Amino acid sequence: MSGLVLTLKAPPRQRIDLSSLTPDKLQGVDAAAIASLPLQCGNHEVAVGDLFTVTAGDPEDLRFVGDCGKFDRIGADMTRGGITVEGNAGAYLGHAMRGGRIHVQGNAGIGAAQEMRGGEIAIGGDAGDFLGGARPGEMKGMSGGLVLVRGNAGDRTGDRMRRGTIIIEGSLGAYAASRMIAGTILALGPAIGPYPGFAMKRGSLILLSRSERALPTFADCGRHDLAFLRLLLRALKGRTPRLDELANHPPLVQRFAGDQSVGGKGEILLWQD
Amino acid sequence: MIINGVEIEDTFAEAFGMTATRLLITADSPEWAATAAASLTGFATSVIACGCEAGIERPLGADETPDGRPGLAVLIFGMSAKDLQKQLRDRVGQCVLTCAGTACFAGIHDGAPLKLGGALRYFGDGHQISKRLGERRYWRIPVMDGEFVCDDTVGTTKAVGGGNILILGASRPAVLAAAEAAVAAMRAVPEVILPFPGGIVRSGSKVGSKYKGLIASTNDAYCPTLKGETRTALSAEVAAVLEIVIDGLTADAVRAATRAGIAAACAHGAANGVLKISAGNYGGKLGKFHFHLREVMA
Repeated sequence: MSGLVLTLKAPPRQRIDLSSLTPDKLQGVDAAAIASLPLQCGNHEVAVGDLFTVTAGDPEDLRFVGDCGKFDRIGADMTRGGITVEGNAGAYLGHAMRGGRIHVQGNAGIGAAQEMRGGEIAIGGDAGDFLGGARPGEMKGMSGGLVLVRGNAGDRTGDRMRRGTIIIEGSLGAYAASRMIAGTILALGPAIGPYPGFAMKRGSLILLSRSERALPTFADCGRHDLAFLRLLLRALKGRTPRLDELANHPPLVQRFAGDQSVGGKGEILLWQD
Repeated sequence: MIINGVEIEDTFAEAFGMTATRLLITADSPEWAATAAASLTGFATSVIACGCEAGIERPLGADETPDGRPGLAVLIFGMSAKDLQKQLRDRVGQCVLTCAGTACFAGIHDGAPLKLGGALRYFGDGHQISKRLGERRYWRIPVMDGEFVCDDTVGTTKAVGGGNILILGASRPAVLAAAEAAVAAMRAVPEVILPFPGGIVRSGSKVGSKYKGLIASTNDAYCPTLKGETRTALSAEVAAVLEIVIDGLTADAVRAATRAGIAAACAHGAANGVLKISAGNYGGKLGKFHFHLREVMA
């Protein structure tokens, strides 16, 4: 059985919360019923069928076709199955998701993977600010799962992140791993924005390139071949060619500990060629 | 039953239920992994006084270990999960954490977990780092040559301890040669260890003693020098007896090792002074696993 496909007729004028359309929630709902489900659009409701052409299929393989950049909270709270977005996704992609897979072929807006607890998110293009972070007022960001961004990530990636792994193949914005509590962020691109690790408490930020503006509150702990990096690269085997390439050599890194301005015990590991 | 002129006595080995776990120890070289494993499994011949029974199961290639380095699989058996927990903490803490370049991983993931890194992490004095990768949680503990990496927990399994065979022969060299051959064959069997020195024990014991407070004492029925003065189990021509004790993760593993050991000892044959294969038991009242030699060799 092929997947359940929702093809966008035309982009909406206002932002729409799409969290009601997940494999969990569409289980056992037929195509006609899905088309009549209400979505909140500003101060009025629209039916799914007004915005999308619904092609019946397995909701465990849910596909959104078209530019969904105005649709927020895609895959929020999902626990299983897969969502594919053949286009861009809006803000808060995969918010608090616990399991399953989301694949966005285009870009994702701000706050993707915020408070995510498990599962996997792959973003083919760029991710916005606060990837894997916490909503304002929340104390803990992403606390499990894996996020892979093929393009670039915005500012404050991993803000208050608690656990899990984020891989950015492209460049990283400003203040990456700000206020990070634990977890692992790998940035494989050549450009790292200013002040990575700002107010970082614990966790690992692994970089292949140095930031032009590094914080003075990270202490240089020297070069080391860290055994745990072998485990990390093995756990991430096959995810991205650059990491697989790194796994062929001893994992030699320069370790910077901080952020000492907040008594942090986090680390920035700068990969050495 | 007679194999190659060697009599297989109609008796059985009596073994006990134990709790066991497997650790994978890796290092920069196979030699250093072996050094750590030898230290970890040292003084672990019998639960009577060592707290646990431990041994090396097999060497591991770099492609079989979590961190891609050479290593060894080690099995540790205890009378209870509580005993095993204490032994794990102390032995890994003193013998693996201390050993240059090593890492220690769980070789069993199912069953009630015991703390591994979870108990050793405090050595990091607040500088220890926890990393969760997939389903596994690891600890990175800073040490003077870098970091000691180990799993947070290790699983346990119900296991079988105290399987055994006795090799009776016409001379000490003849019995030793047969026992060495048996050990070599038994070590090739997966999921078992032979906890005694070189896999062989010469001081077989019986339950109790004439001395108060001693729970085990020499098995005088099998001591050749006492043949005339005690109720002996030895015939006139037997001059030496050696025992091989087997601990295994399953009864099938113990049975396979028993069979491999007896076959190898019998291959030496009566012509080389191997006279009889027997086994130790307590009348079947103490242990729940019975390995009848003739059934095993059938």
